[in-house]
Amino acid sequence: MSLNLDFSFLTSDVVKANLLPGLYYSLQLTVVTMVCGVVLGTLVALMRLSSKPWLQRIAAIYVDTLRSIPLLMVILWFYLLIPASFYSFIAGGYGLAHRPEFSAVITFTIFEAAYYSEIMRAGIQSVSRGQVYAGYAVGMTYSQCMRLVVLPQAFRNMLPVLLTQTIVLFQDTSLVYAIGAYDFLKGFLTAGQIYNRPDEVLLPAAACYFAISFSLSMLVRRLQSRIQIIR
Amino acid sequence: MIDIKNISKWYGSFQVLTDCTTTINKGDVVVVCGPSGSGKSTLIKTVNALEPIQQGDIVVDGTSISDPKTNLPKLRSRVGMVFQHFELFPHLSITDNLTLAQIKVLGRSKDESLKRGMKMLDRVGLSNQKDKFPGQLSGGQQQRVAIARALSMDPIVMLFDEPTSALDPEMVGEVLDVMVQLAHEGMTMMCVTHEMGFAKRVSNKVIFMDAGKIVEDCSSADFFGKPEERSPRAKDFLSKILQH
Repeated sequence: MSLNLDFSFLTSDVVKANLLPGLYYSLQLTVVTMVCGVVLGTLVALMRLSSKPWLQRIAAIYVDTLRSIPLLMVILWFYLLIPASFYSFIAGGYGLAHRPEFSAVITFTIFEAAYYSEIMRAGIQSVSRGQVYAGYAVGMTYSQCMRLVVLPQAFRNMLPVLLTQTIVLFQDTSLVYAIGAYDFLKGFLTAGQIYNRPDEVLLPAAACYFAISFSLSMLVRRLQSRIQIIR
Repeated sequence: MIDIKNISKWYGSFQVLTDCTTTINKGDVVVVCGPSGSGKSTLIKTVNALEPIQQGDIVVDGTSISDPKTNLPKLRSRVGMVFQHFELFPHLSITDNLTLAQIKVLGRSKDESLKRGMKMLDRVGLSNQKDKFPGQLSGGQQQRVAIARALSMDPIVMLFDEPTSALDPEMVGEVLDVMVQLAHEGMTMMCVTHEMGFAKRVSNKVIFMDAGKIVEDCSSADFFGKPEERSPRAKDFLSKILQH
């Protein structure tokens, strides 16, 4: 069998009609998940570090459970378990029509929050006890001390790791293919189907994921040296 | 102003403070000294309830710290504290370090807190450093900013927890100068320190601790002037520390 690769079907029309909408959704999913996941993850981290044993337990169960289940299964389970009425409730007819896309956002946020929470936990623990004392000593409440003193430092210390996790997340979003959400990969696959090139299309898809992820990694590396707190 | 009444504290089964009692009056400059591990730092941290106590009570300006109804953040905002390792907020500029708590805790306006903060920064002689970050200052400068930060809150008393122990020797003087000036202005101060020169010159009361107990609680004139009346443990400590 000879390799007979033909990429000529990848015209600007295909890019516009299939790839860009897919890329747009993948990026949207990544950014929304990152923002919501970091917020939720920070809350989980604070629960895990709280002095109340029952809060610690809930957070630990949450994190350990989600980190022990493959992402693909979580995506499928959430898709199958959340009833259609939920989507029509949050976004009406649009929600119903884009059920996989909405389901993916919810799933990824909940799933990635487990990972982000461990990163934020390490970040919070990297801030010295003395800083907490200093916050309390000037009269801050627990929440002020967290918001104004600890979390800004934790976040800065952990930003490179958070962004690296986000790059992994961007690659993982391709798994929504399993529930039929129209993401970047699905855009390629659709184009491949239309033009009857289902195999060739995987190569440029991989190349695009690589190019995006790699350049983001480089960016993180540059950012890392710029945001460090002067000590 | 500060009434420490029979307090005891345990870390697990290890008792760090045993039945400590003392009183600090308005205008007092009290030096707390003793060998390391004797509970000095723990004692001073119990005064603003950074370290909880299991027995006894501390009353600061009429407010009991062990009363569950006490608003501890509010009480702490009136008690200035300076730490061994400065603990400036490294992610904020010097200006923001000085104004943050004034704005967020005391509810002062930005202008007012800036004015107050700059006045205090000027007082410790560092006005020209206001736009820098803590990491860009020397240890002595950072500690002076930390003192200014505490003073910006208009505290009724200042607590110093080994303020010069983490400093290079040539920077100890600049921090002590600020503290001496503060004492002369009538600030009520409680200082954990090994600076016996400072204790001798400025303090009017010395508390000597050993193994979690207050062994000596007397005027500094007596503490340094009448060594023969001191307990054996204090004598031993003094002989070691004063021969240098």
